[in-house]
Amino acid sequence: MSENRPILKMTGIHKRFPGVHALNGVDFRMFAGEVHALMGENGAGKSTLIKVLTGVYPIDGGEVEWEGRPFHPRSPLEAQQAGISTVYQEIHLCPNLSVAENIFIGREPRKFGRISWRAMNRAAEALLAERLNVKLDVTRPLGSFSIAVQQLVAIARALNISARLLILDEPTSSLDRDEVNRLFAIMRHLKRQGLAILFVTHFLDQVYEVSDRITILRNGRFIGEYPTRELPRVELVQKMIGKDLDLLGSLPKRTPPSAGGERPFLQAAGLGRKGGVEPFDLAIGSGEIVGLAGLLGSGRTETARLLFGADRADQGKCFVEGREAKLDSPRKAIDRGIAFCSENRKAEGIIEDLTVRENIILALQAHRGWFRALSRRRQEEIADEYIRALDIRPADPEQLIRNLSGGNQQKVILARWLLMNPRLLILDEPTRGIDVGAKAEIQRLVLSLSEKGMAVLFISSELEEVIRVSSRVAVLRDRRHVRHLAGVEIRQSAIMQAIAGG
Amino acid sequence: MVDRKYIPLLVTIGLFILMFLAGSLRYPGFLSTQVFMNLLIDNAFLLIVAVGMTFVILSGGIDLSVGSMVALTTMLSASLIMQAGWPPAAVIPLVLAVGTSFGWMMGAIIHYFQIQPFIVTLAGMFLARGLCYVISIDTISINHPFYTKMALAKIRLPGGSFISIGVVIALLVVLLAVYLAHYTRFGRNTYAIGGSESSAVLMGLPVARTKMLVYAFSGFCSALGGVVFTFYMLSGYGLHAVGLELDAIAAVVIGGTLLTGGSGYVIGTFFGVLIQGVIQTIITFEGTLSSWWTKMVIGLLLFLFILLQRVFTARTARGRSV
Repeated sequence: MSENRPILKMTGIHKRFPGVHALNGVDFRMFAGEVHALMGENGAGKSTLIKVLTGVYPIDGGEVEWEGRPFHPRSPLEAQQAGISTVYQEIHLCPNLSVAENIFIGREPRKFGRISWRAMNRAAEALLAERLNVKLDVTRPLGSFSIAVQQLVAIARALNISARLLILDEPTSSLDRDEVNRLFAIMRHLKRQGLAILFVTHFLDQVYEVSDRITILRNGRFIGEYPTRELPRVELVQKMIGKDLDLLGSLPKRTPPSAGGERPFLQAAGLGRKGGVEPFDLAIGSGEIVGLAGLLGSGRTETARLLFGADRADQGKCFVEGREAKLDSPRKAIDRGIAFCSENRKAEGIIEDLTVRENIILALQAHRGWFRALSRRRQEEIADEYIRALDIRPADPEQLIRNLSGGNQQKVILARWLLMNPRLLILDEPTRGIDVGAKAEIQRLVLSLSEKGMAVLFISSELEEVIRVSSRVAVLRDRRHVRHLAGVEIRQSAIMQAIAGG
Repeated sequence: MVDRKYIPLLVTIGLFILMFLAGSLRYPGFLSTQVFMNLLIDNAFLLIVAVGMTFVILSGGIDLSVGSMVALTTMLSASLIMQAGWPPAAVIPLVLAVGTSFGWMMGAIIHYFQIQPFIVTLAGMFLARGLCYVISIDTISINHPFYTKMALAKIRLPGGSFISIGVVIALLVVLLAVYLAHYTRFGRNTYAIGGSESSAVLMGLPVARTKMLVYAFSGFCSALGGVVFTFYMLSGYGLHAVGLELDAIAAVVIGGTLLTGGSGYVIGTFFGVLIQGVIQTIITFEGTLSSWWTKMVIGLLLFLFILLQRVFTARTARGRSV
């Protein structure tokens, strides 16, 4: 790494949104040929920093210097032209266009003003092969590939604009381990070619695996910049969270309630759906947390959707408190006290243009019917109560939910369902894309709910998390429930073995 | 195996061939090149309008003003030529410019004020239709020699059949549109916006310009369709082409273009128009059926195609998740 001049230097950056001081005097710099991790909790200002750097928002104060010159992009396009490209967590490409087009659109090779498809397809193949080391049929529509491949295409597009700074915003959150390894190999490869890579992630392991330098933000403030080798993990976490927190030790390990003793709240017998998940048996007792473990696409979400009636089961039976229940619509499930927090927060959970208060009361109001409106006062009471209980920040019920960070949005959705007083709470990836501190908070919350007698079905791709909260774990592989573990059997090695098919 | 993205298009083409064959088996004299050419002659203006509509729908929008724009064009042409005594050489460029700028303005409003295309073009539809009656509430017949010549001109084809000038214009528009859609940045940007507008913005594509151009192109096509319609009807009237926008949308959808945007082909629209034409022809040959049967069959077909699209998109979405 060259210690001479940074290619990017941001000093004293300020950015305010209505009611939020998102960036408060942040300094940030980057050197060519390094992987730089930007760390911080949700709401620390990482996304905002990236957005002002790439011209999505203008800055309210401070200076940006790019390659030695003042730099104030007014649009992502200007930033791209200057050599700063971003690959977002969500893929911002067009699924209906071919891979080659997604890489080249806007800069298609042309012959006499006519787009030359042959030249474009060849160039796309060459680019993917040489710089990313992947071989694809570039004429197929992008939407027919997995998210991991789409991400590589997004990177290829960024590289093709001769980017000198590549921003990867949470690139690994929807990838499996092999895909992550492949991405890291590509990142190292690109780094050697002199590219500066800004890497945002919530996975601490990955930061230590791939980054050279770390900048930490907290609550919109600059905390510090450190070489990765000289910053121990514990210290990094402390700096991110801002208080000494014994991260993993703080959850009480409970003795699991006897599963067979009393009648379980919900029991599935041979429940299944063609193309979704094969028939399975599952029982969840009140006050019990059952974890679902398995790889992405192993049928975890499909199981949850069956239990919630979002998909209709085509075989098997389902019993709620011992009586058979036909859960063929979410409405019926809700009536029986089942709540479901979907993994797809953006698409199925929050309504961005409503306030925190409105988002919280949504399900309750829908349940009561529109003719029995909750009074404004009651709504405010409820919102305040849950904002306090779940520590939603900023603690303003009238804030638009789009202005909240991912972790806080998640808490709002949780509040929405808790308000219904569910007997069974299904949580699908409740901690995806949120930071360590908020993760621990949500886990603790789930534990305290179950202590109060709520049944919880907990789905997560992070094994550690499943192990920590669950009293029983169902392991899925290839859309089948392959193994159930309870009590002391719940160990990482056992689950891994079941997933791997040992 | 054929590429999945061509399936809706192939279904449309297959359906057209099937209907044409069915007509040929049932009615003597149906199977002739002239019957086929008449499909084009009678629907040339619809084809031109539907091509413009294809771009709008590909971009994820809709344009309800095209029928009114056709009427306004006939009205403007008729009154300028017959009442003001302008030469056609001035009138035709003028009406084309009016249509284009009308569309462009709607596009600008849609983009810069972030208003749904549906409501903006609905307003445009009423506005253009109303303007017709400002010019005149009666039919204005045209007997200018240039227009009558255009109306009667027959271009002989080998084999004894003939087509009209309008068909030539329409076919040129189709060729131009295919080129635009697949070999220009404008066309590809249109597809990109239809696929995901927010992505298109983040990819740095000229979304504002493209959207305005799409509506301007649709405006241009409806004005050109209006010119061809004027040749065909030899009159200007405020009640011309009522509901044409819906026929055009139907043609685009039957042609296999997704209403959500981003997927479809101009050639599909071509066959979508021909299918509507062939239904009309069959009903004419049948003789005893009311022309409303056309609408009913088209309605039925629309349902079928929208269902097909639904199945198709659902499958694609599932294909990704696995």
